[in-house]
Amino acid sequence: CHRIGSKMLYLDIRGDLDSEIRERGTQSLSSLSTEDVSANTNGPNQDALFDDDPEDLFAEATEEVSLDSPERDILLSDGPSPAITPITPPTSVIAPRIGHTHDDMFTHSSFDEIEEEEVDDSFDINISVSDPEKVGDGMNAYMAYKVTTKTSMSLFKQREFSVKRRFSDFLGLHSKLASKYLHVGYIVPPAPEKSIVGMTKVKVGKEDQSSNEFVEKRRSALERYLMRTVKHHILLKDPDVLQFLESSELPRAVSTQALSSAGLLRMVNKAADAVNKMTIKMNESDAWFEEKQQHFESLDVQLRKLHISVESLVCHRKELSVNTAQFAKSAAMLGNSEDHTALSRALSQLAEVEEKMDQLHQDQANADFYLFSELLGDYVRLLAAVKGVFDHRIKTWQKWQDSQILLQKKREAEAKLQFTNKSDKLQQAKDEIKDMEGRVQQDERDFEQISRTIRKEVGRFEKERVKDFKTSIIKYLESLVLTQQQVIKSYFTFRYVTASV
Amino acid sequence: MFQSDQNEGDPRAVNVDLQTDATLQVDISDALSERDKVKFTVHTKSSLPNFKLNEFSVVRQHEEFIWLHDSFVENEEYAGYIIPPAPPRPDFDASREKLQKLGEGEGSMTKEEFTKMKQELEAEYLAIFKKTVAMHEVFLCRVAAHPVLRKDLNFHVFLEYNQDLSVRGKNKKEKLEDFFKNVVKSADGVLVAGVKDVDDFFEHEKTFLLEYHNRVKDASAKSDRMIRSHKNAADDINRIASSLYTLGTQDTTELCKFFLKVSELFEKTRKVESRVAADEDLKLSDLLKYYLRESQAAKDLLYRRSRSLVDYENANKALDKARSKNRDVLQAETSQQICCHKFEKISESAKQELIDFKTRRVAAFRKNLVELAELELKHAKGNLQLLQSCLGFMKTNT
Repeated sequence: CHRIGSKMLYLDIRGDLDSEIRERGTQSLSSLSTEDVSANTNGPNQDALFDDDPEDLFAEATEEVSLDSPERDILLSDGPSPAITPITPPTSVIAPRIGHTHDDMFTHSSFDEIEEEEVDDSFDINISVSDPEKVGDGMNAYMAYKVTTKTSMSLFKQREFSVKRRFSDFLGLHSKLASKYLHVGYIVPPAPEKSIVGMTKVKVGKEDQSSNEFVEKRRSALERYLMRTVKHHILLKDPDVLQFLESSELPRAVSTQALSSAGLLRMVNKAADAVNKMTIKMNESDAWFEEKQQHFESLDVQLRKLHISVESLVCHRKELSVNTAQFAKSAAMLGNSEDHTALSRALSQLAEVEEKMDQLHQDQANADFYLFSELLGDYVRLLAAVKGVFDHRIKTWQKWQDSQILLQKKREAEAKLQFTNKSDKLQQAKDEIKDMEGRVQQDERDFEQISRTIRKEVGRFEKERVKDFKTSIIKYLESLVLTQQQVIKSYFTFRYVTASV
Repeated sequence: MFQSDQNEGDPRAVNVDLQTDATLQVDISDALSERDKVKFTVHTKSSLPNFKLNEFSVVRQHEEFIWLHDSFVENEEYAGYIIPPAPPRPDFDASREKLQKLGEGEGSMTKEEFTKMKQELEAEYLAIFKKTVAMHEVFLCRVAAHPVLRKDLNFHVFLEYNQDLSVRGKNKKEKLEDFFKNVVKSADGVLVAGVKDVDDFFEHEKTFLLEYHNRVKDASAKSDRMIRSHKNAADDINRIASSLYTLGTQDTTELCKFFLKVSELFEKTRKVESRVAADEDLKLSDLLKYYLRESQAAKDLLYRRSRSLVDYENANKALDKARSKNRDVLQAETSQQICCHKFEKISESAKQELIDFKTRRVAAFRKNLVELAELELKHAKGNLQLLQSCLGFMKTNT
């Protein structure tokens, strides 16, 4: 029941886009690049070669690119943007109502209403990612994570439930959300980055410190990713998100493979996109956007710089921990060979203190990483998504401009036809002009809509950012306080012993 | 922010129990760092009749300290004493290199950053400078406190002669000679180490010192590495503070106040962390380095004693041989007596020296470890207070 409703809703968003597809069948894919955004926002280090799912990479190729029948289950496929899978949109666009929370969510005008609703709604949901478990052997192995949701919101069927998901499932979720929401101005949180080296070590079965650290790093990143996604009141209600959290079985997200045809398509679109960005120069009528863009650009620069320094701190603290441990051993040896008994005891005590320090440094390095460094890394990636959204606005503007130009051309053509005797062609021209006028109006509405959405999104984003930073940094300072308290305790004992030498 | 600690550069920090009597007091009252050399002003106060004046100063360079040390080592009369280890050469190379790199990278950082880093490096330079002064001073104080060495003529010349001693550094030939001497010594060292000593005291000391020296060497190296990591972490916190400051001045949300407060906090805690590293360096690293050198000097003493024992035994054998052949007996007897006397003299003074060494060592370690603990506690408490007050402010303002 839930699924049918979602499918219909999915069709809703596409409603307008699909009508465009029919008319613009010959247009190149790059101008409707929605799929590529997921590639953009997956972070700077896209490992283009391998992935978690090294299957026969081109097996799905035919499926994804072919033009399928309208009845095709598009919701569950991982097909790329709607530009490739045209469907006949239902003429009545409103879905059968399932529950009040599924109402009218994706028709443009009702977005505003929903957002006002959200302010009063209590947001009570907590997601945890835990119990990483290795499934399978060798290069086909993968890590399965348990995703547990605890909530009192009526949006969900239960109050507490768990599912098993693998990394590519998360990537698939992000890919779907990105293709649905980025081009209309929503800041979709980027998924954690892929990592060949890290994953290969885990697959190969190295049960060592570094592969354990990698898994923990990833688990934490996946948890943060899901929490950020559900904190967004629109994304929370997306059927793909709900399915991800609730459904026990999830079809494999194959288009997240870098070397699949979808992956290649992403890369092509990304390149075309880059060229487009260079050539589009927009007449910014609204200073707010320019101001915000500059603000985010300088924020990006500063955060990256800070991130590098914090990463360096993590590295040096880990080094300090290792060196302290070595010194502790050395001091113990020295204490052993010291033939003055009281001094020997003091040196052993020194060794003990330094061992405690080693552990404290290690713990602090972890706090440095998880509370500070990862926060910064997340925001560097989030800012890339923000930039993407601003870029989409520019593209939407460009589309509107193009439509206006096309309308003008058609009017000129019609004017010329006026002086000929081809009445049937004239009628056709007049019809085309009418359609075109409609399109220009729609494009203008789209542009205004995305501008409105971005304004709201930026407001929401900045609020989140303030909250996020404050919470994390306070937690970080608390970790520093704890460390100092332990240091004091350790040296207090030490002083007591050495004084008796 | 360089707090002048009373214990900083205090020669007695590494070497306690020095009888500071008024008859001879030596210190380094001033030092000047020129491009590639350091000039130490050695100041002496003495009531001894050997000197022309009661108080006087001369300027000495590192090479002249080495000359003095080497003259002790080469003096047969002092074979039975632990020769105070020579001070290490003043080494500003690393610091100078860093200052140069900073100068080159001036264009790539803001004015505030540049000034800050420059101050940091200058403070580091100053710290190294103070340390080298302390090391040279300790050497002189040890000599002045030693009942026999303080009377050495070369020492008096060193203290009083107010012109250049014209001691050239060792030329290549002499350095090569030294190298071979050391090779022979270590080969011999293996030899004599194998010879079991009839005297329990010395046998114990030999085993002890061999192991102790190696372990101090290891501890010294590991301590240095640990402290360097500490400094690196403090440097990172410095950079983080700067970045946070920039973020704070640029942010448009209420985070700007927040960032500025945290930046201020990290500026302060960073200074504390740097002090921790500096204090660990002084109380731990320097202590270990010093006793590395002293334990080597003690080993050298044992080696000289062993050599003289070997000479003594050889002289005995030669005497037996001479007696059996009834040739050059008188010569052999005199030779044997000299060796015997030498050996006994060395053994007697060596025993006292080694006992003193232990006393000094225990006292120095005790003092430094206690002070280290006090300083670590002080700094941790300081850090804690800074962190808690910042947290308090932030929690009430959100």
